[in-house]
Amino acid sequence: MAFLHGATRTHSGPRSGIKSRSITPYLLLAPGMIWLITFFIIPIFSLASTSTMVRPEGAQIGTYVQELRFQNYVDAFVANQEQYVRSFVYAGIATLLALAIAFPLAYTIAFKAGKYRNVLLVLVVAPFFTSFLLRTVAWTQILGDDGPIVSTLKLLPFFDDSLRLTATPFAVVSGLTYNFLPFMTLPLYASLERIDPRTLEAAGDLYANGFTTFKKVTVPLAMPGIVAGTLLTFIPAAGDYINATLLGNPSTKMIGNVIESRFFAVVDYPTAAALSFTLMATILIVVTLYIRKSGTDELV
Amino acid sequence: MANSKVSQDTGDLVLNRVSKFYGDFCAVDDLSLTVPDGSFFALLGPSGCGKTTTLRMIAGLEEPSQGTIHIGDNDITTQKPYRRNVNTVFQNYALFPHLTIFENIAFGLRRRGIKDVKTEVENALNLVELGHLAERKPGQLSGGQQQRIAVARAIVNRPEVLLLDEPLGALDLKLRRQMQIELKRIQMEVGITFIHVTHDQEEAMTMADTIAVMNQGKIEQMGSATELYEAPKTAFVANFLGQCNLIKAKVQSRAAGKAVVTAKGHTFEVPLSRVSTDSDSVLLGVRPEKLRLDDQGINSIKDCVVTDRSFVGTSTQYLVRTPWDLELVVFEQNDEGLHDLHVGDKVSLEWDAEHTFALDGAQDINAGADLEDEE
Repeated sequence: MAFLHGATRTHSGPRSGIKSRSITPYLLLAPGMIWLITFFIIPIFSLASTSTMVRPEGAQIGTYVQELRFQNYVDAFVANQEQYVRSFVYAGIATLLALAIAFPLAYTIAFKAGKYRNVLLVLVVAPFFTSFLLRTVAWTQILGDDGPIVSTLKLLPFFDDSLRLTATPFAVVSGLTYNFLPFMTLPLYASLERIDPRTLEAAGDLYANGFTTFKKVTVPLAMPGIVAGTLLTFIPAAGDYINATLLGNPSTKMIGNVIESRFFAVVDYPTAAALSFTLMATILIVVTLYIRKSGTDELV
Repeated sequence: MANSKVSQDTGDLVLNRVSKFYGDFCAVDDLSLTVPDGSFFALLGPSGCGKTTTLRMIAGLEEPSQGTIHIGDNDITTQKPYRRNVNTVFQNYALFPHLTIFENIAFGLRRRGIKDVKTEVENALNLVELGHLAERKPGQLSGGQQQRIAVARAIVNRPEVLLLDEPLGALDLKLRRQMQIELKRIQMEVGITFIHVTHDQEEAMTMADTIAVMNQGKIEQMGSATELYEAPKTAFVANFLGQCNLIKAKVQSRAAGKAVVTAKGHTFEVPLSRVSTDSDSVLLGVRPEKLRLDDQGINSIKDCVVTDRSFVGTSTQYLVRTPWDLELVVFEQNDEGLHDLHVGDKVSLEWDAEHTFALDGAQDINAGADLEDEE
């Protein structure tokens, strides 16, 4: 948004005047750069190289040689497109659900919570005190056949005794939504909290009712938070395999599950690497289009 | 609605016995007020006097606990803000940071379903002389420009009443003076009722036709700037508007159009029309510029001593101590009659009976003094 743009420009103003040849900036950058080169750039090249390898005829499982076989990508995609599409659909639904849950939550914390604001913010991040894996395992209990939700639902006339929640797409999407909810809530809160409540009053004063004020003022001003939150939810959710493993069944497999089993179970490194790259590229394209569309280029 | 001139002859704004409570705290206390259609009205008072709450109730941002608010025959007491034909210029302008100046001003028009907003918006921009900024965003404008856009954004809707909540508070002194004149010009051009909330007595006096001085949720006194200044009815008004000398005194007689009062053995005269109490215990008031360093008048105090002197350009301000140790402020114009006194000099004070006023003596003599810079 242009007002963010304006703000950054004022910051860069005085800095451009400094013509120092100091090496301090490079020293400050060094730890991060070394870390990223060692643990991100080099592995990425190694992964890229693996993705075009081929197992020679009659060789042992796990032995691959480089043959620059780009057909690997096509094969991997064709064989797994179902899981591939499913990943994006599940991640998309989970992101929308998280947005629908987090927006009112963040709005309440930002505008209505008063002195409880900090307590509520701590509660939002409280799940992080437990491990991701444990929390997802807990969901298998919550949604389990003898768990509180299923037993309660069975009391209602609409459901019969065959009702199951675990090992369903519902469970996987619920798990994704739950696990990434804080990543949606916090950026949304940060954006909403910066809105001057008087601009909302001003909208009311200028003949906008509650809904119009929300649509024309609150949402546009919260846009940076909406974009950041949806990205922080969608990206990890699309690549997640824990939720599908613990809460799903064979027909809810996501691309993360395929990559995982290719790497560890089948020891088919090239396919796993090719799938990883395709996933990365697709996410990158989706994100770029999304940011373009939402008009928040200045964010990134 | 914008092109049918609803703003003309819409009737007076009437607040009838309005109160507002926050828990046990009474922010506005049984307030009744009539603002004539088309006037420039100021609500003046120190912070926490209830003036902003009153304004917000007129805007619809707060609902009165008791009482009614009418514009003409129209009861707006519980009407939603977006249904009232009242617009507000907010204290910090509250412009929409994500919209251009043009869209900020067009916001109200668009919400009311007006399709062709271009002419209206351009007229409003020209009114505040900022037509060239239409495509900028609020963040790219200076404080004074934002202030004028806030006025344009409100005025373009031709409201029946325009509310201004300390609109000049964030501007520096020079810009504030300029905007005071500007706002007055705009008000005369559009003829809309302006209600201006301020804690700055000078601002209220320069701009408004009528000023209501508020204190602790009530109106202390209402009138023109001259009336309030020359004939205050309470100690609060006397002290809050400009500076004032108040002396505790006793009424000895009321006859022949004048009251004779005494204080510490001195006798003074006050026209009966300027005595605003029936009590015999009074506060005798006189403004510093009405005091003369002489001993000819009917009202005079001899054997005083100068305790402080400060030269402020157009005048010299003296602090003069009376024989009974009360310090009075005297402003003397810097013209040929200048006395040029120094600390320690003996002087006499005198003033005309018609410049004297007498207030109810039961009040706090310091009420309203030194409050104006609190905000």
